Amino acid sequence: MDEDRSAIGSVVGPVSPATASEAKAADTEAAAITRSQRHAATLWIAVVPTIFLAVFFGWPLVTMLHRGLAWSAFSSVLGDSGIRSVVWFTAWQAVVSTVATVVLGVWPAYVLARYRFTGRRVLGALLAVPFVLPTVVVGLAFLALLPDTWRRSVPAILVAHVWMNVAVIVRTVGSFVSQLDPGLEDAAATLGASRWKTLRHVVLPLAKGAILGSAAIVFLFCFTSFGIVRILGGPAHPTLEVEIWRRTTQSLDLSTAAALSVIQLVLILGALSIWTWRQRRAANGPVSMRTKTAFRTASSPAESLAVAVTAVVAAAFVLVPVGRLVAQSMQSSRPGNPLAAWQAIVHSDLGASLWASARIAAGAVLVATVMGALASIAIAGNPRAGALLDAGLMLPLGTSAVTIGFGLLITFDHSPIDLRGSWVMLPLGHALVAAPFVVRAVLPTLRGIDPDLRHAASTLGAGPWQVWRNVDLPVLRRALIVGAGFAAAISLGEFGASSFLARSGTETVPLAIARLLGRPSKLNLAEASALATVLMVVIVVILLVLDRQPGAMGQSDFHRRRARPSRLAGTERSR
Amino acid sequence: MTLRAIGITVRFDQRLILDDVDLSVDDGEIVALLGPSGSGKSTLLRVIAGLLRSESGMIRWDEQDLTALPPHRRQIGLVFQDEQLFPHLDVAGNIGFGLRMAHVPRRRIAERTDELLHLVQLEGFGHRSIHELSGGEAKRVALARALAPSPRVLLLDEPLTGLDRELHDQLVVELAAILRSVGTTAVHVTHDVDEAKAMADRVLTMADLCRERPSA
Repeated sequence: MDEDRSAIGSVVGPVSPATASEAKAADTEAAAITRSQRHAATLWIAVVPTIFLAVFFGWPLVTMLHRGLAWSAFSSVLGDSGIRSVVWFTAWQAVVSTVATVVLGVWPAYVLARYRFTGRRVLGALLAVPFVLPTVVVGLAFLALLPDTWRRSVPAILVAHVWMNVAVIVRTVGSFVSQLDPGLEDAAATLGASRWKTLRHVVLPLAKGAILGSAAIVFLFCFTSFGIVRILGGPAHPTLEVEIWRRTTQSLDLSTAAALSVIQLVLILGALSIWTWRQRRAANGPVSMRTKTAFRTASSPAESLAVAVTAVVAAAFVLVPVGRLVAQSMQSSRPGNPLAAWQAIVHSDLGASLWASARIAAGAVLVATVMGALASIAIAGNPRAGALLDAGLMLPLGTSAVTIGFGLLITFDHSPIDLRGSWVMLPLGHALVAAPFVVRAVLPTLRGIDPDLRHAASTLGAGPWQVWRNVDLPVLRRALIVGAGFAAAISLGEFGASSFLARSGTETVPLAIARLLGRPSKLNLAEASALATVLMVVIVVILLVLDRQPGAMGQSDFHRRRARPSRLAGTERSR
Repeated sequence: MTLRAIGITVRFDQRLILDDVDLSVDDGEIVALLGPSGSGKSTLLRVIAGLLRSESGMIRWDEQDLTALPPHRRQIGLVFQDEQLFPHLDVAGNIGFGLRMAHVPRRRIAERTDELLHLVQLEGFGHRSIHELSGGEAKRVALARALAPSPRVLLLDEPLTGLDRELHDQLVVELAAILRSVGTTAVHVTHDVDEAKAMADRVLTMADLCRERPSA
């Protein structure tokens, strides 16, 4: 239950866009006819987010395509063997990272979903932490943790990718397993299957859709990984993302960078469509599901041991790199003063980066929440046109933050809109990345509102605006707070787009960390770790507060009296 | 003062749900509308409330044509089968909702809310969360909420369906008494013949509504 209610779960966890229609499966014909007549009064609301998307995402994309598809740039890129090896490395490291993440994630996912043990909820929350940490923080934690020979190496990148993304598997697969009818496993047991064989022959085959779905997301994250690769890979191991950034900011070779962005975009779209197609074929038929989680307690000593070992290893897995990061912040060169780095961030220009991050996050939250909320209203009110806007808003997520930053950079550096040197570029870029998360947080609640609740208000004399103000808005309050919180966390940790857009005076905390790591010294490393610790604490606190939001208006209360079947987790995912 | 629905036709998925239906209800009269499920009773109520547009036909209140008015301007109350109480408001907030929409002064709303809580025998329930209400209590709050703004006509869409027998029978008696004491004009939709007889001055079936037509 806590899995489904949690703020993180609402984004990482299974998304089932079909719930609105299902929720109404049992209602009366009269209500159905009423719904069929709802006119498209909300369509005009789509105008604002559509313009936002077109100007700050569509236009830069077209600019980029225009530059990147210029034949000279494209042919020189295709003939360059160095770039071919970059593409090859980007692809294979993503595949290896994904496979390792899935292999390591499935067992803890199963244990968390099925067994009742002390600290289960804490462990669940703990395992979600790496995924929400900024990539720069993760990179720095592993820089602090790994032995010198491992630094700036491919294994370091792979380990950090696995560490971050295990949360995706644990959430998605775990949520599927917890809804799977345990009767199936009991049936297997009566047929002579051991726990292990049951997992192997019953649970895993059924969870195939959920596993493939979450693997696709992990692959996408690893393929477009920027912060981790820049910090842990060093100049010897660039991925496409890092190469685009290097060409833009260091060799000022914009046409090659644009061509690389186009290649990156094509590869992502290709990989995702192959995946969607495969997944559709692999999807199972209807599976017996239940809404209430059925936990079991370990029945044999060996089983208890397995659960205990899993829990301890999983906790250590999360905590060791985090602990190492905090420890490193106290290892400055000055003897006798372990807090030197902490004093430095207060007194030096690093304090300015905290202020810049806060200001930019506030702007990003405002833009992302307003755009996300308006888009959600339009999407919920207009099934067909809304799906288009929904997909459009998801696009910035699929194209990677580096592409967004690069596109904004080359589009708004000249007339008609010249934003060079303006700090507003950063919140705008961050809002593009964050808006889809706001939509994911708000839309299910909005769709969950029974239209008859609004009808009840209108028969009591509430006009359209009063209905929105007095029914929709109060019910959406919690979802809006969750969405805004996500936007804040995303903006505070954003690194890819910011790397292109920051100017003097707008150096955010992740950028300051990267700058310090560029001139490695013991004090710089300690200061970077102190900044990273601050960022980590702020983001974890934000997400904890979101998880603890009083849920009076939560979706599950809303449907308290109207239980409905859950859907297959993985196969319902929109991307 | 008379509510009249004239020649109402509703089609859904190429199927005729209501075919040229007439209904007329006099001032202070309680009409029960009987019919099996799927006969279009609820659909007719929604057309009268303005939640659903009919293909043809007209809704009139005396000389006033309500057909083009949106639901919030019709002053027609509706009690939903599944109550549709607002989950973010307490009992008093739900009952006072219609008065707030009409910008009635706060003190007057409080007085009227107390009046209605008394009427439906829920004194002291004002600050309860609606999640704490039993099935019968939720029905009473829904009735009080619909009555609070003193609608011209109260429509009740199978308000007592889904309750257990004992509670159902008790609420039929109470509901009939409340509607009589308020003196409101009401259309009560049900598929229970005994309920209809207990509640109404006049019992009609959906078939009657088609036969009232002068030409047929």
